[in-house]
Amino acid sequence: MSDFNRRFKSLFLLELLKGLSVTLRHFFKRKVTQRYPEEKTPLSPRFRGLHALRRYPNGEERCIACKLCEVVCPALAITIESELRDDGTRRTTRYDIDLTKCIFCGYCEESCPVDSIVETHIFEYHGEERGDLYMTKEKLLAVGDKYEAEIAACRQDDANYR
Amino acid sequence: MIDWIITTFGLLHVVVQTVILIALFLIPLMLSVAYLTYAERKVIGAMQVRMGPNRVGFFGFSLWGLGQPIADAVKLMFKEIIIPTGANKFLFIIAPILSLAPALAAWAVIPFDEGVTFANINAGLLYVLAVTSIGVYGVIIAGWASNSKYALLGAMRSAAQIVAYEIAMGFALVGVLMAAGSLNLGEIVMAQDGHIGHWFVWPLLPLFVVYFISGVAETNRAPFDVAEGESEIVAGFHVEYSGMAFAVFFLAEYANMILIAALTSILFLGGWMSPLAGWDAATTLPYLGVLLDSGFHWLLIKIAFFLFCFLWLRATFPRYRYDQIMRLGWKVFIPITIVWIVVIGVAILAKLPPWWGA
Repeated sequence: MSDFNRRFKSLFLLELLKGLSVTLRHFFKRKVTQRYPEEKTPLSPRFRGLHALRRYPNGEERCIACKLCEVVCPALAITIESELRDDGTRRTTRYDIDLTKCIFCGYCEESCPVDSIVETHIFEYHGEERGDLYMTKEKLLAVGDKYEAEIAACRQDDANYR
Repeated sequence: MIDWIITTFGLLHVVVQTVILIALFLIPLMLSVAYLTYAERKVIGAMQVRMGPNRVGFFGFSLWGLGQPIADAVKLMFKEIIIPTGANKFLFIIAPILSLAPALAAWAVIPFDEGVTFANINAGLLYVLAVTSIGVYGVIIAGWASNSKYALLGAMRSAAQIVAYEIAMGFALVGVLMAAGSLNLGEIVMAQDGHIGHWFVWPLLPLFVVYFISGVAETNRAPFDVAEGESEIVAGFHVEYSGMAFAVFFLAEYANMILIAALTSILFLGGWMSPLAGWDAATTLPYLGVLLDSGFHWLLIKIAFFLFCFLWLRATFPRYRYDQIMRLGWKVFIPITIVWIVVIGVAILAKLPPWWGA
């Protein structure tokens, strides 16, 4: 009987028609496409884009050169050199992230004890020459200064879960 | 001398006229081939709940991506045609032409309206069968001349598949031939004169299904596209082709689709007949009547419907396994058509109305 059923179904293309009806229904459905440059998908506060180095409200840079990020970085993209400053604090003299090596895992941000290195919402950036994607301390601090409000807002949004 | 000039000029006149007619027909056909590729991407996109091409337009307006086929054509034209070192150059170049030419030549006998056809020959159906069969050589020669194992495998598969389905297709046509009592395509349409109930789809329903599915197989379209089978043999018979040579294969495939759609509408759906033909209340309406009456536009609508079915099938079904294709062709389609030919014979003897009755 089941054999007869199977043959009956395949002879009259019943299951194929079922498949066709599924695709036909989807044909009239609302499309999910985002027209990218004009429409954008919402980004989570935890989105991991371009890196930035933050400062305290008084203008002092947060980074204390503990080098946890350098150690945790699985792609070895971070290079840090540090020395003792005149006021007795330890600060970086060099803080480089090679974005061509970076895999945007976010471990640097997670490991940072002072919330200094962060990843921002910015993902639409490019480099036109070799070295443009090699972020130095100055570049990272500039990004941080420019987008501090947005970065702070994202940390605030996510504060309950950190 | 004068006589000679007059006869030559007269002949020239005919030649020029024919060339102009052919151009007048080929340009819209090529445009519809181009826009069929666009329709394919849009329809399949829609069935996958996305939009399809929507960027390229004209003069800065995106116009739902209507410029896409033009952009594709321009891109392909400017690409280099690479001929592999080990390839047979002559056959390599002739193959795409050999697959496109029959797809276009077969249109010569297609009737667009009552008496509107390029060549009103008596053996129209035979001509179509013969000419479309030549198209296979394009694929086989391309596969062999490329000197590539994938191309050769694709060509072999395509050859076996087309042989299998040509027979089922031929038998389906025998049914039509019996029902219409003529090989002339125009007369086949005239035999279906009348409203939708007079069309041959109804008495020949199994043959109609077999014919259309064989047509899909014949054009190497999904789900019967084992000759291309990009997941198994890269691109099958046209792996080695690039640029315009590839584009010609592409054109041939789509021209063949349109041809099969046109043939299916002519043989089974009454060609240019309106589904309301013969219903005077509708056809004599002041303005709508012209639209509702039989005419070229009905053929266009039917062709468009079958083309949509081609795309619909491609969006729905995964590729058949090779042995399943063979099984379907030899062990399912051919027996069904043979049985139905007998049924049709009995129905014709019994003068079954409305098709063969008084």
